[in-house]
Amino acid sequence: MNTRGLRSQLKDSIPVAGLCPQGQYGVQDTLRSGFTSAKNELLPSHPLELSEKNFQLNQDKMNFSTLRNIQGLHAPLKLQMEYRAARQIQRLPFLPSSNLALDTLRGSDESIGFEDILNDPAQSEMMGEPHMMVEYKLGLL
Amino acid sequence: MALSNVLETPAAGFNFDNVARNAALEGLFEGGQTPKPLKTGTTIAGVVFKDGVVLGADTRATSSEVVADKMCAKIHYIAPNIYCCGAGTAADTEKTTELLSSNLTIFSMNSGRNPRVVMAVNILQDMLYRYRGQIGANLILGGVDCTGNHLYTVGPYGSVNKVPYLAMGSGNLAALGILEDGFKPDMELEKAKELVRVAIHAGIMSDLGSGNNIDICVITRQGVDYIRPYQESEYKDNRKMKYKYRPGTTPVLTEKVVSLKLEVVQETVQQMDTA
Repeated sequence: MNTRGLRSQLKDSIPVAGLCPQGQYGVQDTLRSGFTSAKNELLPSHPLELSEKNFQLNQDKMNFSTLRNIQGLHAPLKLQMEYRAARQIQRLPFLPSSNLALDTLRGSDESIGFEDILNDPAQSEMMGEPHMMVEYKLGLL
Repeated sequence: MALSNVLETPAAGFNFDNVARNAALEGLFEGGQTPKPLKTGTTIAGVVFKDGVVLGADTRATSSEVVADKMCAKIHYIAPNIYCCGAGTAADTEKTTELLSSNLTIFSMNSGRNPRVVMAVNILQDMLYRYRGQIGANLILGGVDCTGNHLYTVGPYGSVNKVPYLAMGSGNLAALGILEDGFKPDMELEKAKELVRVAIHAGIMSDLGSGNNIDICVITRQGVDYIRPYQESEYKDNRKMKYKYRPGTTPVLTEKVVSLKLEVVQETVQQMDTA
């Protein structure tokens, strides 16, 4: 396998097998993810997995750099300040937030894509345990 | 850091958790017995004529070698003045056209204008290119807007072609032959409908994946005429007799009636404002 281009294909976080396995209760979920192997955790399993994970980031980067070239540095700076402010408005850590301000800034409140239909976080069937989540957020855990 | 008891909600959109498992399962089934998605194996065609656009499609949906649906609707509604024929994986064409239709409806409600065909094409192109062809949808978009009559085709990878007549799907070679031979610019309505009908008929006769009836959709500035079916297949099966059971076939052996006693526990009256 050619290892030159591998860096661009790696997923972001590299949980080493055995130290921090995925799945409930910290045990490797053999039924869903198969046997542990370094290759499974490093390389993406689907050609679209990486590009979908970073899609919004890449779009934003492209838009901001175009804006910088057209209007100068102040335009993306001001916009990113507004994005940062909108991103801080969240509900409690274990509750899903609607991100209404962020959506309005991005303009995605006027379009429907697959991220509004599939896997909607507002309708997720699992909720984190409130005490644990708050302690994790405050850094006490 | 992923702790075992702190939940990280998965991102919205497509979830790739099961891809590795599916690949492993496919290896277990020798001989390719995994369920195949429903493909439409189609003939669709479109022609621009003097006053608008005529779209035509067959109505067969196949699942490998079996005809899964004899009367499936392949001409989808996008906007009052734009319709779309879809070939490829049936679910992909359905969902993509529904998303497109919703986006265009939001746009027209926001701006108060009828959407243009180029907008639909651009939205589709962006969406399909983003998913690098994994969404198997070959679409023919036709519509009439303030700038004229347009016919576009969008491929699964996002390629766009603007042409006066076209055919897509597995039966497109036969249909395109008929269209190439008979197309003239600025045709009359009846001639255009007849041309599309003959083209789809050629596709049905020459391709195993297309068949059954022919649907035609005529879009003009005055409105839309969705004729379904335009021509029924001459090989329709006629049932020789009725297969329903007549009443009284099952004999009644015993009958027991138990009356349900209900008592009124609470009664609330709410005034309805009929002013």
